[in-house]
Amino acid sequence: MLNPGVVGGSSNSDPFPAGLRVLVVDDDPTCLMILERMLRTCLYRVTKCNRAEIALTLLRKNKNGFDIVISDVHMPDMNGFKLLEHVGLEMDLPVIMMSADDSKSVVLKGVTHGAVDYLIKPVRIEALKNIWQHVVRKKRNVSEHSGSVEETGGDRQQQQQHRDDDDDGGGDNNSSSGNNEGNLRKRKEEEQGDDKEDTSSLKKPRVVWSVELHQQFVAAVNHLGVDKAVPKKILEMMNVQGLTRENVASHLQKYRIYLKRLGGVSQHQGNMNHSFMTGQDPSYGQLNGFDLQGLATAGHLPAQSLAQLQAAGLGRSSSSLIKPGTMSVDQRSIFTFQNSKSRFGDGHGQMMMNGGSGNKQTSLLHGVPTGHMRLQQQQMAGMRVADPSMQQQQSMLSRRSLLDDAVVVRNSSRVLPGATHSVFNNSFPLASPPGMSVTDTKGGSSSATAAFCNPSYDILNNFPQQQHHNNNRVNEWDLPNMGMVFNSHQDTTTAAFSASEAYSSSSTHKKKREAELVVEHGQNQQQPQSRSVNPMNQVYMNGGGSVRVKTETVTCPPQATTMFHEQYSNQEDLLSALLKQEGFPLLDSEFDFEGYSFDNIPV
Amino acid sequence: LHAMNTVVAQLQRRFQDYLVSLYQQGFLDNQFTELRKLQDEGTPDFVAEVVSLFFDDCSKLINSMSRSLERPENVDFKQVDSGVHQLKGSSSSVGARRVKNVCISFKECCDVQNREGCLRCLQQVDYEYKMLKTKLQDLFNLEQQIVQAGGAIPQVNIN
Repeated sequence: MLNPGVVGGSSNSDPFPAGLRVLVVDDDPTCLMILERMLRTCLYRVTKCNRAEIALTLLRKNKNGFDIVISDVHMPDMNGFKLLEHVGLEMDLPVIMMSADDSKSVVLKGVTHGAVDYLIKPVRIEALKNIWQHVVRKKRNVSEHSGSVEETGGDRQQQQQHRDDDDDGGGDNNSSSGNNEGNLRKRKEEEQGDDKEDTSSLKKPRVVWSVELHQQFVAAVNHLGVDKAVPKKILEMMNVQGLTRENVASHLQKYRIYLKRLGGVSQHQGNMNHSFMTGQDPSYGQLNGFDLQGLATAGHLPAQSLAQLQAAGLGRSSSSLIKPGTMSVDQRSIFTFQNSKSRFGDGHGQMMMNGGSGNKQTSLLHGVPTGHMRLQQQQMAGMRVADPSMQQQQSMLSRRSLLDDAVVVRNSSRVLPGATHSVFNNSFPLASPPGMSVTDTKGGSSSATAAFCNPSYDILNNFPQQQHHNNNRVNEWDLPNMGMVFNSHQDTTTAAFSASEAYSSSSTHKKKREAELVVEHGQNQQQPQSRSVNPMNQVYMNGGGSVRVKTETVTCPPQATTMFHEQYSNQEDLLSALLKQEGFPLLDSEFDFEGYSFDNIPV
Repeated sequence: LHAMNTVVAQLQRRFQDYLVSLYQQGFLDNQFTELRKLQDEGTPDFVAEVVSLFFDDCSKLINSMSRSLERPENVDFKQVDSGVHQLKGSSSSVGARRVKNVCISFKECCDVQNREGCLRCLQQVDYEYKMLKTKLQDLFNLEQQIVQAGGAIPQVNIN
């Protein structure tokens, strides 16, 4: 097992990243189970979920209940990228995308949608061991956005509390802003300090943009008018205790990105608000990467040009930002707006550039920048260079984006199957060290209802029948529409070949039925010496070696039973019938090993 | 007891040889090794559970893809593609190498909307997963025999 102390660096008493709360979303039950196991092996606290909508519900109900989300791209009910956006906007959590699809376009899409990483299936445990870095990074980045030159007093204090980051790029403190001076020494001290201090500070609560809060926000923005909506004023209007200007600022920025993704539906705030928060499907085309709205409101673009640019931008792929050579004339004109005080929402430091001038440009380059900031950063970089020649700006952009791409590629190539992997790495410790205290043991014993660790978890409480043992009953539920909730993990002390059935179907009324019951086949009884066999999921072993895995439902009402039996008993016939119909010679079901040509594949 | 030890040792050797042969014959790849690594005393049945889940997946997906491919005039290639995609993901995640490889061809047929090709691949996938299921069942049988004889499942090094 992983030794948490190793990860924690100097301080062995800091369990971090053990206990990292991960939400993993994948409609493929096989992958979901494997991922869960891997994550548990990394000592993370795992909640798994096979539907994006359910994941969103979980996240909304458990504010601050998770540290990071891992999600598959292809899912039936909601595109993984959409989930990504929602999470980024509402909860500001780092999201890792994964897919069996390794095509560059999809990876790029992950990048542009703000994923902090992109993993290619099959996912290896090595890839998961380090995901905690994204949590740390995100929290540090959030801290950084505190304040700018404009704000003295309170913000200065805030800054000194936060760990101002900059160690990654090594380019420390290019800022000439006075505010940062005081942080210098403190920062250096902290960097030498133990991680414990760092990570404990990172556990402070973050603002979660609930639906209500966001609606207040939008109302304020509307009231002020898009042109005049600056964080300070929005904050005043919202008048929410504990909300800071920085919170509003970063949210505003994301909101603008979201708006532009909707294809420039600029003035219909009401509609957008609705679709924005409720998971409906706004059709957004791919705009170029420029925040046209932001620019417009910042007064850089005459209002009439905005429409032109949007029109021009619509239909262009967002990758146009990354290929400077293909930029159109319209887009190029944006670059000529030079402004040392770049006023994206008041010119505060939300772009990790504190102060109006002398900003830390190198701070753009820490590892994988988070969320939706990326595109903005690139724009900002272009803007702030204050270089009349567009050439240079473009090259800056391309350089930066290359770096980002390089980072992404590095990350995504981490899990290409087979490549450099050494089979059976003996250094991988299988035995768990004694005295290891984890909230959940491997493989999901009941204590890792720690997966549903949050006691305030309404969804679970509502469904008393969801047990992790026998007698899961489904008669409460609308069976045809039954979807699956986070797979309840099997009780490993009793499970042998038990596999939880995933009866995934498209549920239509997600809003009402926020969580639906898992139908879990009854647990098997443990037999003394042999591997226990689940009477429900029988594997009929005989000497001949032919196997039937027959799954039967136990306590489902007849309705369900019929449905599933229909599915399974006809399975053989369906394919066979189809093949017969097509005149395909059926392959011999008795596997004749001699007749089967085996390739001699060097392993 | 000496006799028992011999029996266990024999079983262990058989197990090891069999497992290695599965790799050599291309049924399994590195990812299966990863799965085995994830299994420990606390989760002795992890691999069996996962592959069982996988085979269930296979049968379901093959079923639904059959339906989609059924009528020549009305093939839902999108659905087939989605099924292949998932199958590729899950097969690669468990290390079912042959199944995964068929999925690659399968996807190509799907991309060009070649129904015949899809049907062939579908048949192939069906064959491969069933074949693998048989093989793994034999493997698990061996494991069980070892355990019943009081032995430990050997960790097998693949090259």
